[in-house]
Amino acid sequence: MAGTNGNKILLEVKGLKKHFPITQGIIFQRQIGAIKAVDGLDFFIRRGETLGLVGESGCGKSTTGRAILQLHRPTAGEVLFEGQDLVKMKGEQLRRLRRRMQMIFQDPYASLNPRMTVGDIIGEPLEVHGIARGKEAKERVQELLQVVGLNPYFVNRYPHEFSGGQRQRIGVARALAVNPDFIVCDEPISALDVSIQAQLINLLEELQDKFHLTYLFIAHDLSVVRHISDRVAVMYLGRIVELADRDELYYRPLHPYTKALLSAVPIPDPLVEEKRERIILTGDVPSPANPPSGCPFHTRCPIMQRPICVETVPEWREARPGHWVACHFA
Amino acid sequence: MGTLLQVKNLQTKFYTQDGVVNAVNGVSLELGEGETLGIVGESGSGKSVTMLSVMRLIPQPPGKIVSGEVIFDGRDLLKLDEEEMRQVRGNRIAMVFQDPMTSLNPVLTINTQISEALQLHMQMDKEAARKRTIELLQMVGIPSAASRIDDYPHQFSGGMRQRVMIAMGLSCNPQLLIADEPTTALDVTIQAQIIDLVKRLKREIGMAIIWITHDLGVVAGLAERVVVMYAGYIVEEAPVKEMYINPRHPYTLGLLKSIPRLDEMRKTTLTPIEGLPPDLITLPKGCPFAPRCPYVIEKCIEENPPLMVTMSTRHRSACWRWQDVHKETSTAPAAVA
Repeated sequence: MAGTNGNKILLEVKGLKKHFPITQGIIFQRQIGAIKAVDGLDFFIRRGETLGLVGESGCGKSTTGRAILQLHRPTAGEVLFEGQDLVKMKGEQLRRLRRRMQMIFQDPYASLNPRMTVGDIIGEPLEVHGIARGKEAKERVQELLQVVGLNPYFVNRYPHEFSGGQRQRIGVARALAVNPDFIVCDEPISALDVSIQAQLINLLEELQDKFHLTYLFIAHDLSVVRHISDRVAVMYLGRIVELADRDELYYRPLHPYTKALLSAVPIPDPLVEEKRERIILTGDVPSPANPPSGCPFHTRCPIMQRPICVETVPEWREARPGHWVACHFA
Repeated sequence: MGTLLQVKNLQTKFYTQDGVVNAVNGVSLELGEGETLGIVGESGSGKSVTMLSVMRLIPQPPGKIVSGEVIFDGRDLLKLDEEEMRQVRGNRIAMVFQDPMTSLNPVLTINTQISEALQLHMQMDKEAARKRTIELLQMVGIPSAASRIDDYPHQFSGGMRQRVMIAMGLSCNPQLLIADEPTTALDVTIQAQIIDLVKRLKREIGMAIIWITHDLGVVAGLAERVVVMYAGYIVEEAPVKEMYINPRHPYTLGLLKSIPRLDEMRKTTLTPIEGLPPDLITLPKGCPFAPRCPYVIEKCIEENPPLMVTMSTRHRSACWRWQDVHKETSTAPAAVA
């Protein structure tokens, strides 16, 4: 996927943090703590590539996507889009850049306004950004419907007349309407049935080739992420613990969490399953309101050693060319 | 291995305002003692309704078991009265549901909820039931069970709640545990814990398991035999290895080709199943998969194929062209890291 546009970096994230305050009191709200949903991320995305972001529920992967698009304003850090820091921007300036960054949401039932026709849903961004209106907008909407594999005559229908997979296609068409460069796909297929998932994965891949899109693909399903991504980042409790090319990460994982995660994914093949060794992690993910000291994974880590893992946050380092990891022993 | 459960020509319908929903359309299956059966299907395929019918937990109305027999241990469960059925449910057959958040009562402690079944079905007194509850919680791997027994469901995480559900299911030593997507709401590392636990418990206790899921991966490592459902019909049935290596129904084959595998060697293109599942109110007269099927012929539209014996009597497919359905060799299993 990458390569056609060279290895130019489209988006770079430096020290990104997003903390949500925990408050107490009704009239005078005091902050008594913070949910550290995203706690210091550094990575970049090349033009035309797909970066997969995987992690379990509550690890902060969706918050990361939203913080990049400034839908949640970050607590700290920089988000550089073609070198311009989005965090410092506001108002009109940010709105103009938003046109180049879009999002596809997880829930195809909640992310489309039930009172708007498909034509209005897809046409709205065209008007908002002053790209097209009237007859021209309508033509563009019909063209977009065709691009995502829907019948152009559906423009006057309402979302409830469509199945989950078709609705998700409408969401994709809406994102494409403004000719974006970068799309955050936040679990776009998780709500769909197995036989429909592949349809959407293929569509997203086709569109990427056709329109030279760059994706941040957020999902909890490792098989899907490995399939669609060029590089994969693994998140745990608000931090990225490992990032590498898809095959490198799969064949030579370094972080004990990545290893456990990979071993936990069932493979649809009884012969393979028979021979697999699972690394079963004990316990649950700790609360991001009160994350463990030192390495966030030390409470469940099979190779944890005292005192270093409990006391020192492991440094984010490039262990092999292009293969980043945060672990004292990897 | 004796037969534990035999479902014969089960039909369940729901009478709704929009029309009659044909949820289960003549399902027959057998389960041996101590056997693990996987039932695979997408939403609306009838996999849950089949098992809820077996347990007689279908809300009536709007639902109705129209016909069929469910022979468990020599008796037809569909003919029992409500009191006799209560003796079976929870006692001989236990069920674990998908959502551990909603299937526990939030205002009762874990002890109350598990002890209730023990007192009712096993005639234990309060003290004995409490002791047994602690044992059960230890068995399913809940740390410091003796002190956590008086906690409420909200004090447990999702994975721990599912363990509580399993402990509750096992409390009366059932001969059959029906698990309806028990790991779907859980993260993969927690899912691995639960599957590991169920496999261990099966070795120790030896009950039969029916595991309902949409995840072909989970079943591959867990079940001995697999049944694939589509639009309320069983479309294929085979021993687990047969099913994955040599699928003989276009839908099963389509599912296997449409899911990305973690161990795929190179970037492959997925082959999706085109179209949508049929509307269960207006099912086509022929094969329900025909509108989406790449193997479709005239006969498929005219006549719905029954489950037919294919390579062996244990491998059956509901496809007129099962002999033509083949998996290409290019998807041979790859090495796993």
